[in-house]
Amino acid sequence: MSILIQATYLLAAVLFILGLKQMSSPVTARRGIHWAGIGMVLATLVTFLAPELSDNPQAVTNYILIIIAIAIGGGYAYVTGKKVAMTDMPQMIAMYNGMGGGAAATIAAVELLKAQGEVARGAEPTSMLQSIGLQELSPHPTTIAEAMGVDITILAILGAIIGTIAFSGSIIAWAKLDGRLNTSKLLPQQQLINLILAIVLVGFAIAVYFTGEMMPIIVFFALALVLGVFITVPVGGADMPVIISLFNALTGLAVGFEGYVLGNAAMIIAGTVVGSAGSLLTHLMAKAMNRSVSNVFFSGFGTTQVASSDAGEGGGSMKEIQGQDVGIMMAYASQVVIIPGYGMAVAQAQHKVWELTQLLTEKGVKVKFAIHPVAGRMPGHMNVLLAEAGVPYDLIYDMEDINADFQNTTVTLVIGANDVVNPAAKNDPSSPLFGMPILNAEQSDNVIVIKRGRGTGFSGVENPLFLLDNTRMLFGDGQKAVNELIVAVKEL
Amino acid sequence: MIEGLAALYIFMLAGFTGYEIISKVPVILHTPLMSGSNFVHGIVLVGAMIALGIAENPAQQAIGFIAVLLAAGNAVGGYVVTERMLEMFKSSGKKEVAGEKK
Repeated sequence: MSILIQATYLLAAVLFILGLKQMSSPVTARRGIHWAGIGMVLATLVTFLAPELSDNPQAVTNYILIIIAIAIGGGYAYVTGKKVAMTDMPQMIAMYNGMGGGAAATIAAVELLKAQGEVARGAEPTSMLQSIGLQELSPHPTTIAEAMGVDITILAILGAIIGTIAFSGSIIAWAKLDGRLNTSKLLPQQQLINLILAIVLVGFAIAVYFTGEMMPIIVFFALALVLGVFITVPVGGADMPVIISLFNALTGLAVGFEGYVLGNAAMIIAGTVVGSAGSLLTHLMAKAMNRSVSNVFFSGFGTTQVASSDAGEGGGSMKEIQGQDVGIMMAYASQVVIIPGYGMAVAQAQHKVWELTQLLTEKGVKVKFAIHPVAGRMPGHMNVLLAEAGVPYDLIYDMEDINADFQNTTVTLVIGANDVVNPAAKNDPSSPLFGMPILNAEQSDNVIVIKRGRGTGFSGVENPLFLLDNTRMLFGDGQKAVNELIVAVKEL
Repeated sequence: MIEGLAALYIFMLAGFTGYEIISKVPVILHTPLMSGSNFVHGIVLVGAMIALGIAENPAQQAIGFIAVLLAAGNAVGGYVVTERMLEMFKSSGKKEVAGEKK
């Protein structure tokens, strides 16, 4: 039986790796998720046969509890996952990721509490032989480390910290992206408080290791929860995708650590693969924004926004334009570049944008899409939406491939993007965006910005692009505005 | 089962594997891939089932129950969301991807 279980875990791990590999190409991506799914189902089913489960005196109750928990948790996730709109995908990923981190942390909690129980029982000589599941105990464990073993205790505690922070942090990320939490300020001197909190947390982690008491374990988890909240609340705007990706990697790592605690190879392999893949992805995203990961974490993005929005006033004024004029301008252009942003996602304008693109292409206009690496709320967010609308890949360009091409562009249409086209990132050292690579929209002959209102973007930074002489503003809902353009082009 | 150095080797090799997988992904697939890797760490469900399965008293059972509940949400939600995203790549999937660099 044990061989069957181990072999199935190995097979699942292979399926996960092959699945992820296939997900890295659009042609095989769908097969990839199916393979990984098969691996997950196999690993789950075979776990029901594990001797640790069936040998437990509580086996019947536990089996029932497992099935109920899977039904509730899985059912909830299935319904929400099917229902959620494509635009809200990032926060759902954050939510599911948080659940995974929470699961890893609770596994650690169960293990630590079991060990704590051993220590408590070790004081009574009669029940010493009843040590279940932990055969290699020293006869009188007086601390959790003695009850579990040094390596297992350390990894259990590390996994608990990481998993708990990923849990509470992901929930905050979800709440912020879902518009349920709008504040970026929690306490004065947040960074200092976080640092102190982290030190105290490490102190309690050591206390958990060296004692067999219940109290430090509870305080330890509570502190980790609070720390997760504290480090995520100040993070705002464009940094959100980096944070979600980082928490994804952290959850993977926590799962890998808890896999070691449970001696489960599938968890170690899958968790570590996700941990390293996620770390690299996080690094790539942070690099695209010219920010280091630690910078994202430890300097609140929102803290400088008040000063810079004052500075943005009085540098010129926004010039409005009507949809009909834009339509004519685009129809007679030689090349049009469309820069989509989160605003397009909110307005669900991607289908209209594709319709407009087809109309313009019929008239002989060259249309390209320019995607900033962090456009939207996650890397690739815009690609997913454009793919949904049916835009072929060969029209979509990355930042490096299109930036030199803006000089040859008659009209650049910015739909709901803001920070990724903000020239202040290039020429205003006082801007919080300074140093972030941007799309050079301002170099094209004309820039049309479709925007709901005059406010600042998600990061709260004023955008000088809107005040330039070659920029015209088309105020309104993204979908309606693009519809106006379609009507105007059709009339010609 | 898996101890000491052997586990260290697994950690190391799995780490390189993850690095290799992501370093060749076009930007266009970053979100689906993040979602896919989010699904893969749903394997924590297996550990959660064991944690609940070895629970001996109501307190451990309660925590284990939460673990399985959360892990099942991670696994199922991660799958559904990734599936839905990748489904969209079906129609135009045959074309070459622009910006194959990373």
